Amino acid sequence: MVDLSVDIAGLTLKNPIMPASGTFSEELAEVFDIECLGAHVTKTITRGLRDGNPTPRVCEVGSSMLNSIGIPSKGVSAFLDKVVPFYRAYETPLVVSISGNTADEFARLCSEVTVEGVAAIEVNISCPNIEEDGKAFAIRPSSTYDVMRKLRAATHLPLWAKLTPNTGETPEVARAAQEGGADALVVANTLLAMAIDIRTRRPKLGNLMGGLSGPSLKPIALRMAYQCAKSTTIPVIGCGGISTAEDVIEFLIAGATAVQVGTATFINPTAMVTVIAELERYLEREKLSSVRDLIGTLIDEEQKEGVVFMEAAP
Amino acid sequence: MTSVLTRPASAAGGRAQPVVFERGLAVLSNDPVNGEYMRLVLAAPREMLDLCRAGQFFNLLCPALGGETPYLRRPMSIYGFYPERGELHFLYKVAGAGTRALAQLREGDALNVMGPLGQGFRIDDDWQRLVLVARGVGLATLAPLALEANRLGRHLTAICSARHPDLLMSIDYFRELGAEIIPVTDAEGTSSLEHLEQVIEERVAGPGIDAFYTCGSNRLLTLLQRIGKRHGIPGEIALEQQMACGLGMCHCCVRPFRKGDKTVQLRVCREGPVFDIQEAMPW
Ligand SMILES: Cc1cc2nc3c(=O)[nH]c(=O)nc-3n(C[C@H](O)[C@H](O)[C@H](O)COP(=O)(O)OP(=O)(O)OC[C@H]3O[C@@H](n4cnc5c(N)ncnc54)[C@H](O)[C@@H]3O)c2cc1C
Ligand SMILES: Cc1cc2nc3c(=O)[nH]c(=O)nc-3n(C[C@H](O)[C@H](O)[C@H](O)COP(=O)(O)O)c2cc1C
Ligand code: FES
Repeated sequence: MVDLSVDIAGLTLKNPIMPASGTFSEELAEVFDIECLGAHVTKTITRGLRDGNPTPRVCEVGSSMLNSIGIPSKGVSAFLDKVVPFYRAYETPLVVSISGNTADEFARLCSEVTVEGVAAIEVNISCPNIEEDGKAFAIRPSSTYDVMRKLRAATHLPLWAKLTPNTGETPEVARAAQEGGADALVVANTLLAMAIDIRTRRPKLGNLMGGLSGPSLKPIALRMAYQCAKSTTIPVIGCGGISTAEDVIEFLIAGATAVQVGTATFINPTAMVTVIAELERYLEREKLSSVRDLIGTLIDEEQKEGVVFMEAAP
Repeated sequence: MTSVLTRPASAAGGRAQPVVFERGLAVLSNDPVNGEYMRLVLAAPREMLDLCRAGQFFNLLCPALGGETPYLRRPMSIYGFYPERGELHFLYKVAGAGTRALAQLREGDALNVMGPLGQGFRIDDDWQRLVLVARGVGLATLAPLALEANRLGRHLTAICSARHPDLLMSIDYFRELGAEIIPVTDAEGTSSLEHLEQVIEERVAGPGIDAFYTCGSNRLLTLLQRIGKRHGIPGEIALEQQMACGLGMCHCCVRPFRKGDKTVQLRVCREGPVFDIQEAMPW
């Protein structure tokens, strides 16, 4: 028997595979028993009601996709009344994803979702901060630090900060998140992108631009996960384009402690189940007794810091 | 009607039970029906077919064939389901990469499908005289309704609209199922809204209509909303939207609906694809 369990800042997950926020909900329990997952991660909510973006909200680009869902939200009370209780039937830890337009609103929501049944809070700081020119909190180290300080003060639960690939300062933002009080980093959200219908000359998404996810995002997310693992001392949860056990192993070797699977579930609703089984088989084949033996084992030959943390193509 | 997807949680400590299948099914045939459409017949297990309802759909993982590399699954309405023969049918129009790849499937190939998904048509016990009004490929979406009406012993009138009499697909199928057919075409000048309204009003006055069914077209929607309101006749509409997950997780597939004096966004894959005709909003 191999040991698949990992520890994320004091929270033990039975395996390192969990869904990515926005690509998972109660409905997946109609396809397989979601108790097999390492954690349950809910779609980001905001305090108030929101409609989300105009349609079309999705389009295909090569073997990946763009989405501009926005963050439609039924608000915090509907979430606490309907969603949290659903997951109480499971032993799998529940991770709640939240967001806010201002640091104070964000922090208030953070304390409101600090309730029994919630094991950790994922703070989606990749969303626009309307107080500061609409750029996402996690674009800059200073706004990352400021919002994390407020969130930290609002809860005793573990805080996972979800970073954005739309920054040119990944290591600095990662360090700022840790200094501000993050217990773990989720790396990363979607990458801002665009697609045009050449027949109609209109954007393919109703919101003009959207976030790239799926296999094309993987090398970018992997690079970021590696940089974050190198530049901080808190666990990194890899996310972006993961669809096979090989992808998971790559992220673990790069330094991630666990991973999230997003878009792959749309293609294969049972992708996470398959990934868990194949990860176990891989460890058996490699005669590794614990998945933890893989974490951060990249042979990077002590590269100079300038190479590890560069934010420009060589 | 309760959905197969929202059955009350039972065993396993109050947890939801898997009720949606994801399976590779064998292709029995995949042939052109007329110039524009193909019919795909799959061998499906009984337990999957027993869950199917007219108006529901499947999310198909289109294969990488013929140089196409479709990525997301493609939603397709159930065209027919036959538990006794073990068959699941789809009728599709070749539109882009996904359906071009589907068209390459041959007997014996496998196709991964997920479903059945969404809410099917409602046919209340006291709805005896059903009227379906559809145009073009919309007729395919409503074809399983004819099958269901036939199985339930209800009287169905199908008002079928097309550009040209040759394109009046599914008519033989409707007729086989005992439906009464009223064809209207652009070529014969019988498909105008005024003429349709007159045909429907005559039915309302004559044998009577208990419920309307339609899909797809804005013009038909507003016409049936008007007639429905005038005479208090309920109705349903099957709608489409770009999808990703097909299960209700991603919120890609929303459309606006009227609920009282509010407008709400509902997921076509989950709360639909069949909706109350008066709540649907023209687009
Ligand atoms: C619930 C539902 C049931 C459907 N049932 C049928 C059916 O029985 N037969 C049939 O032929 N088609 C049906 N469709 C439409 C079908 O899903 C699209 O034609 C198909 O996805 C096109 O894929 P493609 O790769 O061939 O073309 P693409 O190149 O992806 O698209 C071609 C065109 O179809 C549009 N399209 C793509 N995806 C969708 C979608 N999910 N919904 C609506 N339009 C879309 C695109 O905007 C584009 O204009 C249904 C759609 C929905 C939502
Ligand atoms: C349809 C869709 C909705 C998403 N919604 C959210 C969200 O609400 N909050 C969030 O933090 N990330 C959201 N994401 C981003 C994913 O959680 C994930 O970071 C990203 O998709 C990359 O992973 P993937 O390539 O495995 O999908 C969403 C992604 C998709 C495709
Ligand atoms: S397609 Fe994902 S919610 Fe409808």
